[in-house]
Amino acid sequence: MKQLQFSLSRWMEGGGPQPETVISSRVRAARNIKHYPFSCLASKEQSEAVLDQVTAVTAGKEEFAGFRYIKMQDITELEKQSLVEKHLASPFLARESNSGALLLRRDEAVSIMINEEDHLRIQCILPGLRLEEAWKEAGCYDDVLENELEYVFDERYGYLTACPTNVGTGLRASVMLHLPALITTGQINKFLGALSQVGLTVRGLYGEGTEIVGNLVQVSNQVTLGHSEEEIINNLGSVIGQVIEQEQKARQSILDKKRDELTDKAWRALGLLKYSQLMSSQEAIMLLSDLRLGYDLGLINEVNHKLLNELLVLIRSGCLQLLAGKNLDSQERNLERPVQIKQTLERYSKNQN
Amino acid sequence: MLCQECYKNDANIHIFKSIDGKHTEEFLCEQCARQKEELDFSFEPQFSLHKLFASMLNQGLLESRQAMLAAKNQCPGCGLSFAQFSQVGRLGCSSCYQAFEESLKPLLRRIHASAEHTGKIPVRTQKHVQYKRELDQLKKELQLKVENEEFEEAAILRDKIKAMEKDLARGIEHKEEQEDSDPQDKNQEEGDEN
Repeated sequence: MKQLQFSLSRWMEGGGPQPETVISSRVRAARNIKHYPFSCLASKEQSEAVLDQVTAVTAGKEEFAGFRYIKMQDITELEKQSLVEKHLASPFLARESNSGALLLRRDEAVSIMINEEDHLRIQCILPGLRLEEAWKEAGCYDDVLENELEYVFDERYGYLTACPTNVGTGLRASVMLHLPALITTGQINKFLGALSQVGLTVRGLYGEGTEIVGNLVQVSNQVTLGHSEEEIINNLGSVIGQVIEQEQKARQSILDKKRDELTDKAWRALGLLKYSQLMSSQEAIMLLSDLRLGYDLGLINEVNHKLLNELLVLIRSGCLQLLAGKNLDSQERNLERPVQIKQTLERYSKNQN
Repeated sequence: MLCQECYKNDANIHIFKSIDGKHTEEFLCEQCARQKEELDFSFEPQFSLHKLFASMLNQGLLESRQAMLAAKNQCPGCGLSFAQFSQVGRLGCSSCYQAFEESLKPLLRRIHASAEHTGKIPVRTQKHVQYKRELDQLKKELQLKVENEEFEEAAILRDKIKAMEKDLARGIEHKEEQEDSDPQDKNQEEGDEN
């Protein structure tokens, strides 16, 4: 199999509604196929059979013509990690799945995980605040697959899933937000409690169990049973709308008071990203946040969202090593990181001129 | 204030320790604090939803006697016991929902908005539900025909019901395939749609 290259996913291209605060919108549906136990109890043969069924119905289908089929056992640890870092595969699929595979659309906006915790996880991830569109896209593939595969569905409990936290719609909608003003002023704490009251959860950049770094948070629905897909998406969308409004207000207030400091911070961030010789991912992620805020406030114009998103992903360990073309230890990564960042920044400014 | 360790970054972490009445104080940056292992900043999940869920279950288990009884039960579909489920937080197969229904219900209510699905329904299932409803309707008609002593028509209905019940048991798809392969039927269907 041809090695996976570092490529830009659709969500990294930037744009879409509310690009100053919303990096990406993601929707995924969990589905299981009848007559097989859920993945955690499935034997090797049963998992293989699930895989065969899915590949049989997708092979040769017009809707799946632009898809790449990636078996987890055929790719390296680095390649797997890079898929996780780009949010195209879950950590479970990459590390724990039996006969796990990924169907990935050419633009990397739609990915279908096979033999994840559930037999199927159909996901769409788009730049900006576009939850409805993401669900529409994922839903289309759900319809195509459902037409050929028999899902386990219960009239009362809806789509049955391995974890009861996903049962019902099997739908998890999430939005990746950049909230530097709310986080640095501590106002975010006000929201955290309120969000859980309306059935939403806040997580760090890489989902469950990860901490908040680089002022990036993921907000997603907790409730999957008892609300329709549209209700889940509208509920999340309207709450996000309020968070965005508060973030904008907080940004304006910082800008009024500390315009010079913010400008300086953004330029310093760019300077460090360009000229440092050693850099940890934590430092890079913080600098990228400062730079993004500066750009979004119109204080610096040397970057754009696409470049910032690309940097946000390539500084991660897996993608970095994939770009370098070899395995690197922690110290070597800290050396390689500034090299890749610099190259990417230089390539960007060359294209601008 | 600069970090007392590297003198490079701003010290944004204040560590105050009090051990056996002895106080120590340090002002560090995030990086140095991490290096000194004062802060655990690892990306590895420290908090698992499954585990939380499992612990909620255990709590529920103690609360409800019924759940205790269910704990001994095993799912007929996959053999998973409720006790095993409470440990891993994941069910083994679709039959688990029925097997552990009594214990799951209060939990589902606690996590979700209600214990009833109101969202998308697979088209396939829609057909199934519709088919069942049609069948019920025919049965009612049959009853009526018998009551009115219209036996000839009742016999036709009875045969139709029997055939439909057979189809339902085999899955509706088979019947549709048969219909598709019969050109006359297909034409008729298309005609109906138009």
